[in-house]
Amino acid sequence: MNDVALKSEFEVASSDALDVDAIRAQFPILEEKVHGQRLVYLDNGASSQKPLTVTKTLERYYASQHANVHRGVHELSDRATEAYETARKTAQKFVNAQRCEEIIFVRGTTEGLNLVAESYGRHTLKPGDEILVSEMEHHSNIVPWQLIAERTGSIVKMIPMNDDGEIILENYQEMLSEKTRIVAVTYVANSLGTINPVKEMTKLAHQAGAVVVVDAAQAAPHLILDVADLDCDFLALSGHKMYAPTGIGILYGKAELLEAMPPYQGGGEMIQRVSFSGTTYAGIPHKFEAGTPNIADAVGFNAACEFMWNIGIDAIAAHEQKLLRYVHDRAQTMNDIRIFGNSKQKAGVFAFTLDNVHAHDIGTILDRKGVAIRVGHHCAMPVMQHFNVAATARASFAVYNTQAEIDSMFDAIFEVKELFGC
Amino acid sequence: MDDLKALYQEVIIDHSRNPRNFGSLESANRSAEGVNPLCGDEITLECHLDGNDIIQDVKFSGHGCAISLASASIMTEMLKGMSKTEAESLFKSFRLRVTGEGDASVDDIGKLEVLCGVREFPSRVKCATLAWHTALAAINGNEKKVTTE
Repeated sequence: MNDVALKSEFEVASSDALDVDAIRAQFPILEEKVHGQRLVYLDNGASSQKPLTVTKTLERYYASQHANVHRGVHELSDRATEAYETARKTAQKFVNAQRCEEIIFVRGTTEGLNLVAESYGRHTLKPGDEILVSEMEHHSNIVPWQLIAERTGSIVKMIPMNDDGEIILENYQEMLSEKTRIVAVTYVANSLGTINPVKEMTKLAHQAGAVVVVDAAQAAPHLILDVADLDCDFLALSGHKMYAPTGIGILYGKAELLEAMPPYQGGGEMIQRVSFSGTTYAGIPHKFEAGTPNIADAVGFNAACEFMWNIGIDAIAAHEQKLLRYVHDRAQTMNDIRIFGNSKQKAGVFAFTLDNVHAHDIGTILDRKGVAIRVGHHCAMPVMQHFNVAATARASFAVYNTQAEIDSMFDAIFEVKELFGC
Repeated sequence: MDDLKALYQEVIIDHSRNPRNFGSLESANRSAEGVNPLCGDEITLECHLDGNDIIQDVKFSGHGCAISLASASIMTEMLKGMSKTEAESLFKSFRLRVTGEGDASVDDIGKLEVLCGVREFPSRVKCATLAWHTALAAINGNEKKVTTE
């Protein structure tokens, strides 16, 4: 049987100091020129670039392994099934789940969260029940809860944060009650970089009898995920933010919860037996994977996990922390820059505004200097409301970024100031 | 850098810092709200249209980037005294010019010329046209919120 992507062709030696040049060599897109300038890609929070191991894995999959899964009696279907289920085992290891049946392949975090809201939420929520959602959530961890609350008569309540962008745990504790059924919280806030105390929050939620849903979209690229240690009930992540292809993500759920939940979508793959007098469903995880899955990108996800492990997730995190310290040090020398997100535990996100310049103008000017950042509300409008701004500029780091690139960003920021005469 | 200097001319920066006709209009008999959901820019436009459909006065309020504020500011200066038809025709020419489809010799847009640098920045064209969409909605008595998306 083919080894699919488990064996990486481009292994990078793991050590304390990263060989960033060797890592960068795996990302051909970093050699691109934009507007005649060398690309400085600092929009990793939106989507990371893909290493050759991932793109070559996709190529190899389509060149030698592709057929539909779980239904063929022929060799290629066996290869595809093996590759797909190997990816599930890799994902299991990536989040440290006890069983690989607890891993459901989805399109991304958004679909994972919607699946929980639709299937678990609709199945369990009663009028008057409460869903606690933090103030710093991405819209994808707010809106699915509002939709299901509307349909079930339950109530969405906001867990407030302080001005450093940290959840106020005392308020959270006070809000928890026997009415609380679900706590939905992000592990790392996309607009602020805050790393939330998910383990502690889960313990408190469980004491109140609620389940915990973790949005790990921004955590997956930077933190070692350990659902056994966190003891969370659900956790969703997106592949494309952690070097994997777009269109693939995973939802982890505790087996006993998943087993009790109704299917999310109906179709092929998710059934045991279908007749017009009644249908029985497949067991987990297939009950939640109706239709032909995104096989190729799951195999690409496998390669991305391998890529991260080969470098070492700790080493990736340490590198990004170094960049974060550097960007903060440089920003501290400017008196007209405002930084959003000053939590004690923070991932590689630098959100800022400049006095007298709108974030969109910053974004446009930086782009012409080759520097790609995100500007806007970052799908976190409640965060913008908290800080009373319409938009911020955000640089977010990945393993291939360098201090020199941060210098390029500041050079471009000085160009902004020059153009605006400030 | 040239594209950027053409976009962020001093006139633009000045209008964005000190927008003209900013605030609310007591005599207003028409108003509309516009929003660009992608970037969160919001604008409220109020105007006074007389019995002959002439814009007697116009003011705007809201927040946005330099391009959208400057565009709104310059627009309000130009709209005063114009008829509804003239305003519509000017916007048509302006839109052609900022999308790069227009021709300077045919589409005379006067002071709005300063905003033409935006044609090199396709993602910012909506910033330049938001105020206009909102103004025309107000003039035409269309009270549904205008959105660029």
